[in-house]
Amino acid sequence: MSSALSIRQLTKTYGNGFQALKGIDLDVAEGDFFALLGPNGAGKSTTIGILSTLVNKTSGTVNVFGHDLDRQPAALKRNLGVVPQEFNFNQFEKTFDIVVTQAGYHGIAPKIAKERAEQYLTQLGLWEKRDVQSRELSGGMKRRLMIARALIHEPRLLILDEPTAGVDIELRRSMWTFLTELNQKGVTIILTTHYLEEAEQLCRNIGIIDHGTIVENTSMRQLLGKLHVETFLLDLKQDLPVAPTLHGYPCRLVSPHTLEVQVDKDIGITALFGQLALQNIEVQSLRNKTNRLEELFVSLVEKNLSKVAV
Amino acid sequence: MNIELRTNWVALNTIVYREVRRFLRIWPQTLLPPAITMVLYFVIFGNLIGRQIGDMGGFTYMEYIVPGLIMMSVITNSYGNVVSSFFGSKFQRSIEELMVSPVSPHTILIGYVLGGVLRGLAVGVIVTLLSFFFTHIQVHHLGVTIVVVLLTATIFSLLGFVNAVFARNFDDISIIPTFVLTPLTYLGGVFYSIKLLPPFWQTVSLANPVLHMVNSFRYGILGVSDIQISTAITFMLLATVVLYVLCIRLLVGGRGMRA
Repeated sequence: MSSALSIRQLTKTYGNGFQALKGIDLDVAEGDFFALLGPNGAGKSTTIGILSTLVNKTSGTVNVFGHDLDRQPAALKRNLGVVPQEFNFNQFEKTFDIVVTQAGYHGIAPKIAKERAEQYLTQLGLWEKRDVQSRELSGGMKRRLMIARALIHEPRLLILDEPTAGVDIELRRSMWTFLTELNQKGVTIILTTHYLEEAEQLCRNIGIIDHGTIVENTSMRQLLGKLHVETFLLDLKQDLPVAPTLHGYPCRLVSPHTLEVQVDKDIGITALFGQLALQNIEVQSLRNKTNRLEELFVSLVEKNLSKVAV
Repeated sequence: MNIELRTNWVALNTIVYREVRRFLRIWPQTLLPPAITMVLYFVIFGNLIGRQIGDMGGFTYMEYIVPGLIMMSVITNSYGNVVSSFFGSKFQRSIEELMVSPVSPHTILIGYVLGGVLRGLAVGVIVTLLSFFFTHIQVHHLGVTIVVVLLTATIFSLLGFVNAVFARNFDDISIIPTFVLTPLTYLGGVFYSIKLLPPFWQTVSLANPVLHMVNSFRYGILGVSDIQISTAITFMLLATVVLYVLCIRLLVGGRGMRA
């Protein structure tokens, strides 16, 4: 499969001397749904800024569907749609005008621009708000407006920088469905998010960036496969005075009726219930302490932090 | 038409349409105030004070100041349109919409400048129409009039663009109009002929570019001028080219727009 995005030795040093990117390499295949994760200040937004030409790179190369950022910026931009983290549209313009104007910037004739604007605003549930000034939209609507605007020239690569930040769960899920359908139609998607459940659910491949370097770049399945121990919380029917002894399962009482248990992937969870039953401990419900990807993410970032500190 | 050319042509139309829509939407802030201000100038300086002053350059004082006042409106509004629109785009970050699009920097600049020129001309036409209520003017040289008004509007649109690029807050976009543009305009021969000044101040006045623009325009309308028209037009053409190159360099470098 051909490459949608290829980054080589990309560096960025800001005017104040801060080195945001320290020579990253990154490849995203055409048709992929890719998660670019990292803590705040890791270099995600700088990378996206360089791709969208809003940030000047210091060195390195960027290719989008074979179009080089330095030599063919216009061709690169035709293939790229960006949904930034912060709202960046004219607050006094109407919803419909914002999308149609963006189409005009891409050289799309007004008639086609209006048809597409209707299509995308309808799909994103904003058609009823087409004549409303953008400043009057809710936060979730503004995010969807930015998605409609980024799609108006029908890019082959869509980059979303925290598109669901501050969006309620119902709307978040409807955006997941929309993005999944878009990806199924062939649009390559790169997503940054702090909701790791979102990345786990949507993305097939993942890159983790920290302190300006890529610390992990693999498939979601392979990454999750590295997780040897999962932590579960068991809600108990009766309160316990002390934590029970469970062979092969380190545990502690979080509260008298909540037991935290670490389960090794090689041992599995089945034997745990046998041991609990022998001790007459009844379990009402069971849940993951944290998202699986979150556990890995934290451990990778902590590992990298200790390297950086050294 | 190849894809680059078509994209830029549609984008140019889009930018100009957006700019015109903006200044028409906020007409109480853009078109109405200069109309009211100029009517006050016509009434106070032209009618009331002008009667006491008598003729100037062979014309009534009212006739003499009309070209200057039209030019003053064109200068202020072409500058004001670009500086406020472009800085507003930077402030709201909607300039990013253009920067992520496959639009040439030339298209962006020409689009904003055309927006400024069109607002300058719109206000110029309004002020001209209002002047008919106070005096009767005829155009002495249509070609000079059109060339001078277009060049002036273009130069001040480009200057507004430079101001907007360097501006970091709203104070920065009002400092130049207040402390540079207004004094230059008032001392630029709008209300008087520099022949009334002592020789030293006449020479100093010649260093004021607005004087050349106002007098060239006055020549186009009335046929009288304090300066050489050909020199003034050459200077304006040169200024347009230099400012255009400067603006393109600022846009390509992304000053104030790219990190």
